[in-house]
Amino acid sequence: MTIHLILNGKKLEAEVAPDTLLLDFVREQGCASVKRGCETSNCGLCTVFLEDKPVLSCSVPAARADGKHVTTLEGLQEEAAEFSAFIADQGAEQCGFCNPGFVMNALALFRENPFPTEEEIREYLAGNLCRCSGYEGQLRGILAFLEWKKTKEKEAQS
Amino acid sequence: MNTVNKPVRKKDAMQVLTGQPVYTDDIAPADCLIVKLLRSPHANAMIRSIRTDTALKVPGIEAVFTWEDVPQDGPRFTQAGQTYPEPSPRDRLLLDRHVRFVGDPVAIVAGKDEACVDRALKMIKVDYEVLEPLLDFRKAKDNPILVHPEDNWEALCPVGADNKRNLCAHDECSGGDIEEVLSHCDVIIDRTYHTKACQQAMMETFRTFCTIDTYGRLNVVSSTQIVFHCRRIIANALGIPKSKVRVSKPRIGGGFGAKQTSVCEMYPAFVTWKTKKPSKIIFSREESLSASSPRHEMELHVRLGATKDGIIHGIDLYTLSNTGAYGEHGPTTVGLTGHKSIPLYGKAEAFRFTSDVVYTNVMSAGAYRGYGATQGLFAVESAVNELADRLHMDPIALREMNIVKEGQIMPAYYNQENTSCALDRCLARVKEMIHWDEKYPVRDMGNGKVRSVGMGMAMQGSGISAVDVGSATLQLGDEGLYMLSIGAADMGTGCDTILAQIAAEVLECSVDQISVFGADTDASPYDSGSYASSTTYVTGKAVEKCALRLREQICTLASVLLHCSPDDVQFQGDSLSAPDGQTVSLTEVVTASQCGSDIPLAATEKHTSPISPPPFMVGAAELEIDLNTGETKVIEFAAVVDCGTPVNPNLARVQAEGGILQGIGMALTENIRYSSKGKLWENSLMQYKIPTRQDIGHIRVEFESSYEKTGPFGAKSIGEVVINTPLPAIADAIYHATGTRFCELPITPEQIAMAAQNNK
Amino acid sequence: MMTIKNYVKPQTLEEAWQLNQKRGSRILGGMLWLKMGKRRVQTAIDLSDLGLDTIEETGDSFSIGCMVSLRDLELHSGLARYTCGAMKEALRHIVGVQFRNLATVGGSIAGRFGFSDVLTMFLALDSYVEMYKGGLVPMETFAATGCGTDICVRIIVRKTPLAVTYHSVRNTATDFPVLACAVSRQVSDEEDSWKFSIGARPARAILLRDETQLLSGEITAEKADLFGAYAAEQVPTSSNMRGSAAYRSHLVKVLTSRSIQELGGISL
Repeated sequence: MTIHLILNGKKLEAEVAPDTLLLDFVREQGCASVKRGCETSNCGLCTVFLEDKPVLSCSVPAARADGKHVTTLEGLQEEAAEFSAFIADQGAEQCGFCNPGFVMNALALFRENPFPTEEEIREYLAGNLCRCSGYEGQLRGILAFLEWKKTKEKEAQS
Repeated sequence: MNTVNKPVRKKDAMQVLTGQPVYTDDIAPADCLIVKLLRSPHANAMIRSIRTDTALKVPGIEAVFTWEDVPQDGPRFTQAGQTYPEPSPRDRLLLDRHVRFVGDPVAIVAGKDEACVDRALKMIKVDYEVLEPLLDFRKAKDNPILVHPEDNWEALCPVGADNKRNLCAHDECSGGDIEEVLSHCDVIIDRTYHTKACQQAMMETFRTFCTIDTYGRLNVVSSTQIVFHCRRIIANALGIPKSKVRVSKPRIGGGFGAKQTSVCEMYPAFVTWKTKKPSKIIFSREESLSASSPRHEMELHVRLGATKDGIIHGIDLYTLSNTGAYGEHGPTTVGLTGHKSIPLYGKAEAFRFTSDVVYTNVMSAGAYRGYGATQGLFAVESAVNELADRLHMDPIALREMNIVKEGQIMPAYYNQENTSCALDRCLARVKEMIHWDEKYPVRDMGNGKVRSVGMGMAMQGSGISAVDVGSATLQLGDEGLYMLSIGAADMGTGCDTILAQIAAEVLECSVDQISVFGADTDASPYDSGSYASSTTYVTGKAVEKCALRLREQICTLASVLLHCSPDDVQFQGDSLSAPDGQTVSLTEVVTASQCGSDIPLAATEKHTSPISPPPFMVGAAELEIDLNTGETKVIEFAAVVDCGTPVNPNLARVQAEGGILQGIGMALTENIRYSSKGKLWENSLMQYKIPTRQDIGHIRVEFESSYEKTGPFGAKSIGEVVINTPLPAIADAIYHATGTRFCELPITPEQIAMAAQNNK
Repeated sequence: MMTIKNYVKPQTLEEAWQLNQKRGSRILGGMLWLKMGKRRVQTAIDLSDLGLDTIEETGDSFSIGCMVSLRDLELHSGLARYTCGAMKEALRHIVGVQFRNLATVGGSIAGRFGFSDVLTMFLALDSYVEMYKGGLVPMETFAATGCGTDICVRIIVRKTPLAVTYHSVRNTATDFPVLACAVSRQVSDEEDSWKFSIGARPARAILLRDETQLLSGEITAEKADLFGAYAAEQVPTSSNMRGSAAYRSHLVKVLTSRSIQELGGISL
C-alpha cells in the first residue's frame, strides 16, 4: 500500500506492506538512530515523534503514519546536540545504544514540561531502559542541562 | 598529571548521543542474506530426521543447513572467548544432531528477507526422539542422564572435567588445616546460598554480519569484546584456517561479558563461507535471553568460623556451579567464588575451597561482569553479616577488625601480595556517606514502612595474571596526530578514551591529538580482548610502554635535526629542544620523517602481568520497605571504590553506578525460572525485569585510591568489582527490616511481605 | 510477530462493523499487545479516521472515544478532578509515556486483559461501554461478556458523586500489577455504597460490594481490616509468574483496607 508522510520535515511517498512497522520503515529510510531493543514494547529504544508526541515506533504500523508527521533524532540534530553535551559531560552515554530513544523522550519531556522536577523526570523517562549507566549520570546530566537552560533564560530576560 | 585522572569526554560521546550509524546493523550491507535459526523446543532430544525440501522452495530462500551439513564426528569447539588452550571444554558442533536445551540450534536458514526466512522456518519438519532432560543441577553429577555422552568431547586443560560424569570441572585447594581451625572457633556460620543465571541484558542484542573480501577471505563484523578469540572460534567452528578469517568490531551496544562468548558469529560466517554472499544475523531479545551466555547459577555452602571477639579464623567454601548445556566459562568462573571472596579476610589462618561445575539441559552459561566473584561474595559477605548479628557486633566494626591490609600475602589469592589496598579507607568513608550510625540497623517510619541498612565488601582482579596480553601500536602522523591502534574492545566503557588519556599523558599532548582505532584482527596488534577487568590495567600499561618507546623515537629523529645526542633532546609535547636552546616543532619532526628518513615514528608494545592486583570496594544500601505489601526500594546506595588511580573519574563513576544497579537488579527483581520441561519463563524484557529509573533512589559513588605500582599511573581495574556489593548489602538490610535471612536471590516483594507477616 | 494481509481505515462505523464481521478481521487499538502474538490478521481495521480520539465532558458525564490514548486519559483535567487523581494513579505505572501515547482506552477495555489497570479503574466508576450495535452496556456486564464482533465505540463515565482511590502493587515500577485495586464510595443521605474493583488477580478484574454491611456507620481501622479479611476470602486469586494466590489474597486484604481507611478519612 502507498503512504504519504512527512519524515523529518520532508514529504515522502512510499510503498509499504500492511504489517510494516514504523521502526523498520524509518530505518529503511536511513534513520539509523532508531533502534530495536526488544519485541515487547518495553525498552524505549525505538522512540520517535508521531505528530510531535513520543511513541514506540516498534508498535506503530507504518500505515498508521499515513498523512502524519514523523520525527526521528536525524531531524532534531541541533536540539539533540545541545542537550546531549550535558550527558557527555557526565560520561553517562556509555554504550550509546539506548541514547537516541532516551534523548528523543527527554526532548519530548522538555517540550511538555520545560523545568521538570526530579520525580517528573524519573516518571516521564521510566519507559527508557538503560543497562549501562544506572540512570544516575543521566539524571545528573539532565539536571545540569536544566540549570544551564534556566540561567540562559534569565540572562535573556535581563 | 595533565590528562590521566581527568574527567574528559568520551571520544565517541557526541556521535552515539546524536544517533549516528556506528553499530553493526547500521553499517551492514543492504544486500545481506537474513540468517535465522530454527531452535529446539525440547531440552534434550536426538534429531531422528529433518526435512528441508519445502522450506527450500520458499521464494527468496538461499540455503538451509542442518546437522547433516556438519561432520558429527569432527572436532568440537567452544564459544568461550579465552586464551588458547581454552579451559572451557570443546563440547560444541556448529549444528549437532543431539540438542541439549530449549533453544539449541537445529537449522540455519538464509534468505533474501525476514518474511521469507520466517516462512521457511515454519516449513522445516523435524522428527525428534525426545529424551528425559536433566534440569536440576544439584542432581547432575554422576546422573545416568549424560548431557555430553559423545566421544569427541574434549577438555584441553586439566580442569577436572569428565563428560561421563556430567562434570565440566572440579577443583580443590586449601591453606592451613580448616577443620582444626574451625573446631577451635566459638561461632560457626553454616549456610547455603543460591544465585540464578542472571542476564547481562545489554541493550544491543547479539549480532554479526559477514562478507567475502577482495582476497576471498571471510570478513566478519561483529558486536564482540574479543575479536582475536572470535577469529579462532569461527575458524574452529567452520573447520577452516584462522588465516582465512578477519574479525572486527564497530561500536558495541553493551556487553558486560555476554559478548566474551561468540554466541552468534558462526552462523552467518557459515552461510557466507558456503554461499560467498553477505549475510547477517540479529538475535531477537527472546533469543538473546534464552539462548546466550548468562551468569552461572550457583549454590554455595559456606562454613565460616570466628572467635567471640569477632576474629574470623577460617572459611570453608563449596561451590556447585551450573554451566548448562555447554561448558563456556564453566571451569574459570567458579574459581572466583573462592579466590575473590576469602582473601578479603586477612586474619583467617585456614581456608578450603572446593568446587564442582556440572552440565544440565538448560541454556549454557557464560561470562557476566563479576564472573563468579559476584556469587562468592554474596555468600561469604552474607555469612559475615550474619556473624556480626550473631555476635551483636556492628558489621562495619567487624570488618574493620578483619580486613586484609596492604602488603599482606593472600593465601587464597594464589599467595599474591596485596600490593595496593585502601579497603580500610573505603569502609570508613562509606560509613560516613550513608550515616550508618544513625540508620543501622532499622528505623520505623511510622506509616507501615521501615528503613533499614546493610553493607558488603568486594574485590576482583585486574586481568588474568600471566595469561592476558595487551598490545598497542602508536604512530605519529601529519600535523602531529598520534594514531593509536588497539585490539581491546570499547563496549561503551570508554576504553578508547582511557587508553588515549594514558598515551596523551606520556606524549604530553591533548586527548584530541590521539585518534584511536580498534579492534580488527587484520590491523590491530594482538590483544586477549576486553574482559576480566583487564583493559585499563593490562592494555593500559602496553599503551604507556608504547608511548614511551615512540617518544624515544621522536627524540632520536629530532636529535638529527637538532644536531645533538638523542639523550640530550628535551621532549616538550609539541616541540623538542636541544641543550643549546635550539627547538624543532613536532610537525617539523613528522615532516622530516617523511623525506629521506629511515627512523620509524611507529611503535608496538605488548604487556602482560604476573600479578592481578585486586580493586576493592565497600557498598551500603538503605532500603525503604512496606512491610505489608513487601514493596522494597533501594533509596540510597553509597559506595566507595579503590580502583587505584581512576584514569577517567567520570567514566569510573558511571561504571560503578551502572554495575551497582545491575547488582541491585540481581538482588531484587531479576529472576530466572524454568518450566518442568526446561523452557525459560523470563524470556523477554516484559518478564525479565531489569530496574527502571523509578526503581532506584540515588547511587552515590566516591573513590579512595591506593596506588598500584604495576599499573599505568597507579591504576587497577573498575569494570567488574562494582556489581558485587549490592547483593549482600541488600539481603542484610532486608534481614534487618523483616527478621528473615534470605539466602536465595532475587528477594521478591512477595517473599518480603510473607516473611514480615510471619515474623510479626 | 503478527502478520497483516490488508490494512483498512474505514470512513464510517458501519463500514468498520461490516469488516469486523468477517473471520480473520481485527480492530487495532494501540497494537502494543496485539503485535506480540503470532496471529495472522486478514484485515486490520484502524479506527483512526472516525474522530473517536477525544474526551467530551458535559455536566453529568464524560464521553471517552475508544481511540483516546491512555496518556490523554491520564492528563485529562476533568477526569483528574472527578477521580481526585485516581485516574492518573491507575495509568502512570503502565510501561512508559511512549507506550501510553499509543495504547488506547478502547483497546484496553475491549481486550479485557487480566492485568488491566484500566478495566480495574473503570469498574469502580459508574461507567458504561457504548457499543455500535449493542448500545450502552454497564462496565461490569461488559467485563463479563466482551464485545464479540461488535465495536466498542466510547466509554461513558457518569459523574455520580463519589470518592475513588487506586492502589496497585508491582514487582518493578512499570511492570504489570501483581494486584490492582480501585475502590469507590458513594455517600448520599440514604445510602453509603462501596465498590471494590480487584484486578490482576491475575484473572480479569471483578467487583465486590459491601453486601454484609460490614462498613455501615463510621469507618474505623478495625472495620477496614475486617472488610479486608472478608474481601480476601471473597475475591478468587491464583498464581502466576508475578505472585502466588496466597500473596495476592494477602494484598487484597491490605489494599482494600488501606483504600477504605483513605476514603473513610482515616490518615494512614
